[in-house]
Amino acid sequence: MGGFSAALSDTLVLSKRNFMRIVRAPDLLLAFTVQPIMFVLLFAYVFGGAIPTPGHSYINFLIPGILVQTMAFGGFVTAMGIAEDLRKGLVDRFRSLPMSRGAVLAGRTLSDIVTNGISITVMLVVGVIIGFGFESPFFHVVAGILLLLLFGYAFSWVFAFIGLTSSSPEAAQSLGFIVIFPLTFVSSAFVPPETMPAALQWFAEWNPFSITVNAIRALFIGDPAGNTVWGAVAWSVGIAAVFGVLAVAKYKRAVVR
Amino acid sequence: MIKSYGDVRALDGVDLTAPTGTVLGLLGPNGAGKTTAVRILTTLLPADGGSARVAGIDVAQEAPQLRRRIGLAGQYAAVDENLTGFENLQMVGQLYHLPKGEPKARATELLERFDLADAGGRLVRTYSGGMRRRLDLAAALVARPPVLFLDEPTTGLDPRSRIGLWETIEGRVADGTTVLLTTQYLDEADRLADRISVIDHGQVIAEGSSDELKDQVGGESLEVTLETADEAEAAIATLVEVCSAPPELDGVVLRVPVAKRKGTIALAVERLNAAGVGIDDISMHRPTLDDVFLKLTGHAAEDPEAEAE
Repeated sequence: MGGFSAALSDTLVLSKRNFMRIVRAPDLLLAFTVQPIMFVLLFAYVFGGAIPTPGHSYINFLIPGILVQTMAFGGFVTAMGIAEDLRKGLVDRFRSLPMSRGAVLAGRTLSDIVTNGISITVMLVVGVIIGFGFESPFFHVVAGILLLLLFGYAFSWVFAFIGLTSSSPEAAQSLGFIVIFPLTFVSSAFVPPETMPAALQWFAEWNPFSITVNAIRALFIGDPAGNTVWGAVAWSVGIAAVFGVLAVAKYKRAVVR
Repeated sequence: MIKSYGDVRALDGVDLTAPTGTVLGLLGPNGAGKTTAVRILTTLLPADGGSARVAGIDVAQEAPQLRRRIGLAGQYAAVDENLTGFENLQMVGQLYHLPKGEPKARATELLERFDLADAGGRLVRTYSGGMRRRLDLAAALVARPPVLFLDEPTTGLDPRSRIGLWETIEGRVADGTTVLLTTQYLDEADRLADRISVIDHGQVIAEGSSDELKDQVGGESLEVTLETADEAEAAIATLVEVCSAPPELDGVVLRVPVAKRKGTIALAVERLNAAGVGIDDISMHRPTLDDVFLKLTGHAAEDPEAEAE
């Protein structure tokens, strides 16, 4: 088997393994289905009435934001899974096998794409039920979904790095939460940034979350796009590249704890 | 091999050799450097100095080639809890890039051989500790590696599972596999290893067959608990016949190094009775890992401060 096809085969074997885990331990599936539904309903009905969003209904404003937030957190399964594999010695087994060095991480992040796809579907269905409507051509909607998956994939690499850095699956989960939660909230995801104090507003405007949220709004509900779509793609590719390199380097030196 | 973690010298110039088809036992307490040695030899960790060849392949220079020829089973039972036993073995076969169909065939065959055929379709999280270890060992054997690394394969197992695992390992050795076994238990090394290297604080402090090591410790001794310490001298005089070295007296307990095991207790009881020496208890004392360590290093085998392995 050649180097590339071997690496691809290893990646697929491991991503199948990760996916089986979700099928076997369906409690994890709640995280991809019930949790996003809960967020959509809470924001739409609790905050919705209090937040003015000129030009759009709050539900149309909200859905792109909450989709991006869900994508950012989708990789937590990767962080927990990798931390658990490290603790249980599975990483040792994998590293002693004649398999591709990157396949463990690539397999993890690849299976995140599947689970993120499930989350997007569930949220869009619930969104439409409570009044969300696309205001853009079909082609833009498809592009938006691909951008969401790309953004989720980039954050899977952030989580892969977090998983390799933390001492336990629990620590990985809370570290991921601490890093990503503020980023998602100090952004244009849930409220227009103009309502924030000046410093936060500056941060919210440059935050890759905001840029991606704005790009999804452009693609889903026809906001003026400017350069935000390509900006969002660039952020995702950049995050994936930087954390991909960091995570693979860390993985090569990973030690059982 | 040399390896340091910060200020701690995990391996301080360890030399190991195992002829093809034999079992080398690496015996030492927690933190002695056993696992570090295995991690270097299985390409998981780069050494700071020295060199190593496994199956003729340089560990540092040709790691990818080496990984095709080794199997590793560790003390952590590295199997996926959320897969079945069958799926675990199949996955490992696929990751070794065995030809199509072979991973399934090997999985079935190994489950059969490791007495897991009935449990093969169950999730590993329902397995007992012994079953997990067997599956872990089976996973290490999927690609029929000529060299096998077993890192404390029976630590934490109940006695029955230990013996079962020992029998399996013996079967592999009979088929010509070369094994490096690390263990904290002298009886395990005794039973499985052709040669034993005793390792402590990152250095090999003794090397030889199990009999040679026991001789260094002083072999077996007879422990006689006397009714009163007053009779110690009479007892020592009576037991001169079975002594192989000067006896030691500790309170009412008399320790008599002996040359042979067989018949010694009967003879000693007979002689002591004839001499009218009252005894409370009498038993043979086999050397343990603690004795080896006490003798070789002057400290006991358990050394909690050296746990940073």
